Amino acid sequence: MPEQRQLLWFVVLVLALDTATPTLVVGLARWAPGAAAEVLAERSVASGNRHAELLTPTIRAVLAGAGAAMADLGAVVTGLGPGPYTGLRVGVVTAATLADARGLPVVGVCSLDAIGAGLRTVVTDARRKEVYWARYGADGIRLAGPAVDRPADLSPTPPVVGDAAFGARLGVEVAPAEVTTAGLLRAAAPQLADPASAAPLVPLYLRRPDAVPPPLRKAVSQP
Amino acid sequence: MSEPLVLGFETSCDETGVGLVRGQTLLSDALATSSPAHERFGGVVPEIASRAHLEAMVPTVHRALAEGGVAATDVDAIAVTSGPGLTGALLVGVAAAKAYALALDVPLYGVNHLAAHVAVDELEHGRLAEPTIAMLVSGGHSSLLLVPDLAQDVQPLGQTIDDAAGEAFDKVARVLGLPFPGGPPIDRAARDGDPAAIAFPRGLTGPRDAPYDFSFSGLKTAVARWVEARERAGEPVPIADVAAAFQEAVVDVLTAKAVRACRDQGVDHLVIGGGVAANSRLRVLAQERCDAAGIVLRVPSRRLCTDNGAMVAALGSRLVEAGIAPSGADLGADSSLPIDVVSR
Ligand SMILES: [Zn+2]
Repeated sequence: MPEQRQLLWFVVLVLALDTATPTLVVGLARWAPGAAAEVLAERSVASGNRHAELLTPTIRAVLAGAGAAMADLGAVVTGLGPGPYTGLRVGVVTAATLADARGLPVVGVCSLDAIGAGLRTVVTDARRKEVYWARYGADGIRLAGPAVDRPADLSPTPPVVGDAAFGARLGVEVAPAEVTTAGLLRAAAPQLADPASAAPLVPLYLRRPDAVPPPLRKAVSQP
Repeated sequence: MSEPLVLGFETSCDETGVGLVRGQTLLSDALATSSPAHERFGGVVPEIASRAHLEAMVPTVHRALAEGGVAATDVDAIAVTSGPGLTGALLVGVAAAKAYALALDVPLYGVNHLAAHVAVDELEHGRLAEPTIAMLVSGGHSSLLLVPDLAQDVQPLGQTIDDAAGEAFDKVARVLGLPFPGGPPIDRAARDGDPAAIAFPRGLTGPRDAPYDFSFSGLKTAVARWVEARERAGEPVPIADVAAAFQEAVVDVLTAKAVRACRDQGVDHLVIGGGVAANSRLRVLAQERCDAAGIVLRVPSRRLCTDNGAMVAALGSRLVEAGIAPSGADLGADSSLPIDVVSR
């Protein structure tokens, strides 16, 4: 049975991380194609805007907690957002460089895919009084999004999960839910099974940079 | 024991720099710039710069290692600019450096960008004579420093109270219809102009002004007013003369204050760094005035004056050699890191 044999050989230790929300998530999981990932260790840190300070110490702690070393890793998974850019980039560049230094495949997934499971609409804080959102079917497949909108312009299909602070503005109950290691691994599974197919690690910014070319010249003196 | 191999990361503004240094020997200096993307905005747009840093990071590391002829696993220590600079831009470099340090299991040094501008000169001209006076002039900073020990004792003497010197070049270039960044085109235009054609003001040079502080905002406004008056009178603007007279006003103040700092502090060595140190008139006038005052002047080659990764690696190498403790695991970025904090 060559296929089964291949599966047995294909168990890898995956480091997963996400910095798309104020909660920094790092996890370590044992993964094989076609099976649910086994999460060995996970840490969620209410890091706010301190992702850059706390991410590598958290990775170190997760590895130590599972009795694993960098050399044991077989792949890296990261959330690509959407999320506030500065914090989001910390996770993406960390995943890219960590994987590069160890010569590992790296896989990026939509962070919203890793929040909740099954039929749901996911909302997270996009700042500027907007939300990032995506909608999923009963099989967990993303049907719409990720996108960024004002809560007033959305009528999300329940159940809604994610940042509960937006319940009032959305006019629906939002069950609190955060990115999980299991969610990241689930979203990454197709790319992990075929790392050559992994898309380049480009954050899901969803907005253009705020920048307006200045007028050609500003008059400094009154005529 | 062979000298330490240090990989340096610089992302404080719009240049993604990764450099490799062994001891004080430059091995490679890979650079990616997002400068053209900022041109139409007349200044660096932080979010555009940060996005570009992320895109360029891994390829720039690969180039630095390939050009240096080493493998990542050969690296003994990593250094990164942790400030001052643009927060979002700095954080891309800090996160990358922390990840490489973790993955390669080597110490990490978060360093001060300004001190790195001084350290880079050692790659070309050997060990600095300490104490030295250092003047750093670029689009983001204009500072005079007393440097008793580059690895751990850098003291601020003065700095700009408004625009950085390079910022004044950018703004005047815009007034004259010259491209961004403004330093090189003004330098070129000024070669055909008369620096004495127009008497532009020399900021903060009065007897009661702070002797080591700079101000370029008034000069920039004076240039704009002069050009506008010309245009209102329907007369052509003599771009070469305006460029030359403006440039002369800037470099006159810079060099006079730097020489005065040397004299006052009893220090006979001066090093000039930063992007504006690439200005040809600044280099000539600084040399003349230093020669007259008996000061030994050191200026890195133009390539190393502007932001790059090698300067960060050079300072990192200095820190390793001096036995300075590496940064803590919680290193972050500090957009306004004080100049007297060499590493953290
Ligand atoms: Zn600089």
